[in-house]
Amino acid sequence: MTDIIRIEHLDKQYETAAGPVFALADVNVVITPGEFVAIMGPSGSGKSTFMNILGCLDSQTRGEYYLNGIDVRSLDKDELAHLRNHVIGFVFQGFNLLQRANLLDNIALPLVYAGVEKAEREQRAREMLAKVGLEKYALSRPNQISGGQQQRVAIARALVNRPRLIFADEPTGNLDTHTSHDIMELFVKLNTEEKITVVLITHESDIARCAQRLVRFVDGRVVYDGKVTGDMP
Amino acid sequence: MIMPMLGEAWLAMNANRLRTFLTMLGMLIGVAAVILMLAIGQGAQSQVEASISSMGSNLFIILSGSTTSGGVRTGSGASSTLTMADAQAVGDLPEVAAVAPMVPGSAQLVYGVNNWSTSIIGTTPDLLQVRSWPLSSGFAFSETDVRSATRVALLGETVVRNLFGSEDPVGKTIRIRQSPYVVLGVLAAKGQSLDGRDQDDTVLIPITTAQRKLFGSQFQGSIRFMLVQAESVDAMSHLEKNINELLRQRHHLQENVDNDFTVRNMTSLANAAAQTAQTMSLMLGAIASISLLVGGIGIMNIMLVSVTERTREIGIRMAIGARERDILLQFLLEAVVISVSGCMLGVLLGVGGAVLVNVLAQTPVVITMRSVVMAFVVAAGIGIFFGFYPANKAARMKPIDALRYQ
Repeated sequence: MTDIIRIEHLDKQYETAAGPVFALADVNVVITPGEFVAIMGPSGSGKSTFMNILGCLDSQTRGEYYLNGIDVRSLDKDELAHLRNHVIGFVFQGFNLLQRANLLDNIALPLVYAGVEKAEREQRAREMLAKVGLEKYALSRPNQISGGQQQRVAIARALVNRPRLIFADEPTGNLDTHTSHDIMELFVKLNTEEKITVVLITHESDIARCAQRLVRFVDGRVVYDGKVTGDMP
Repeated sequence: MIMPMLGEAWLAMNANRLRTFLTMLGMLIGVAAVILMLAIGQGAQSQVEASISSMGSNLFIILSGSTTSGGVRTGSGASSTLTMADAQAVGDLPEVAAVAPMVPGSAQLVYGVNNWSTSIIGTTPDLLQVRSWPLSSGFAFSETDVRSATRVALLGETVVRNLFGSEDPVGKTIRIRQSPYVVLGVLAAKGQSLDGRDQDDTVLIPITTAQRKLFGSQFQGSIRFMLVQAESVDAMSHLEKNINELLRQRHHLQENVDNDFTVRNMTSLANAAAQTAQTMSLMLGAIASISLLVGGIGIMNIMLVSVTERTREIGIRMAIGARERDILLQFLLEAVVISVSGCMLGVLLGVGGAVLVNVLAQTPVVITMRSVVMAFVVAAGIGIFFGFYPANKAARMKPIDALRYQ
């Protein structure tokens, strides 16, 4: 099976007043389609930086990143935007919904940038809203529903343009345990039923147990890459 | 792409209603000021142009000159150096359309129990052509009347109103200095002249009647001045030279002697007046434009604040696939929507204000489609121009920096 993500000797370096700081150093990761990968590590270990580079929101200082076999560095800004729109779905810790717009419009937003017609946008947004079980809140605003519901909307938005990849940066970080498990069930379902590749950052080991594979970062390096085991810290 | 973006712009504007309104107010006042000022300026201009065209077009006025007697020089028109024969000769020059010799004076008119003192001008029928002065009723006196010095008269509107009231004067007989004159026709109203005189307070009679019977001129056949109409504006400058040469020759003036007549180009006078009005109108417009500019800067200011405030939103949009041009379009559209809707309200306010000025201050105003369209286009242009920098700033942000912004 060909890989969907191939990272080779990836460095990310920040210039600070005290000299260069490595956020990522010589990272090598290969992910194949359909995998469910959890990324763990203490704060400042570079896992978020890694995620942002994976999501084409940030760029590496050195090394290669092939997404679907394409060298991401060879793409211009518009092509990167196209990737974020069509191939990648992003889910954030803080949900990042537009407060002014109703849930339906929030979910349909990626389709606006994809140039989809209004009628189809609305229909697909409704389907997604039904999929995450919130159809009755279609015209509510994000601040009128709970955090767990907001995260479901954010997931619906990430899915609406049928991506092959979902990147989630601590999606349950702002949620209580019960809601977190609901959200994780949704990710597992997407992974098993729709074969969507999921990469997810978390610092809770019981969340990570939903994944098949664990990548652990410490000080910008990968220190563990393998099966999720029962005896995690 | 535009339609959902317009919806977004509407949402964003609606979220900050007071701010949007205040920004709009800047544009609104600017546009209203431009439209109002242009309306007033053009009103003044059209008023001046109307008085100019009431004077007649391509005109020279030739005044008989001063004479020097015993070291005392009299003023223009004081002596009668011009004659009917001079007028005839000028009329025979090429490129002269018509000549109207004139002998002005004033006298008391009587009709029934009414009497009225007014200016009386002895002239030829050509005057009506020269001054493009039609009759509102009756008919003009003819060359025959001039030749035989008949007692006939054409009355101006003001004279008719004062002597006849609502009665029809045509065919009636009035008395001028005791002698009876038959009213042949009534001159169409001309209104005020450039210097504010009532042009309708006058009576025209055949020049010969004025010379021989009414005023009893010292020298038979002499005239005070004449109006000369050139065939075209272009002909005027060399026609002026030709008239000067002709009259000097006819008056047997030596090289070193001053003219005993004065040729004045009325068109240049009119042009100067028109120019002044136009400059005024332009200046009013320019001053008003400054407020439009200030309105534009207000838009830029608010858009910059808006971009900073919504940095995170921009990051979210980029993360889900917005391209640079999508972000640029979104903010540009917002600026344009604000400026154009401000402009629409400004047009309403400007037109309303102009009507109010017209009614309250009795000042003529002219609202042209051109000035409205211009104000509109300029406002949209200002929206784009001042919206571009903030919009571009938003579009150029790196997705990760925008997302991390707190």
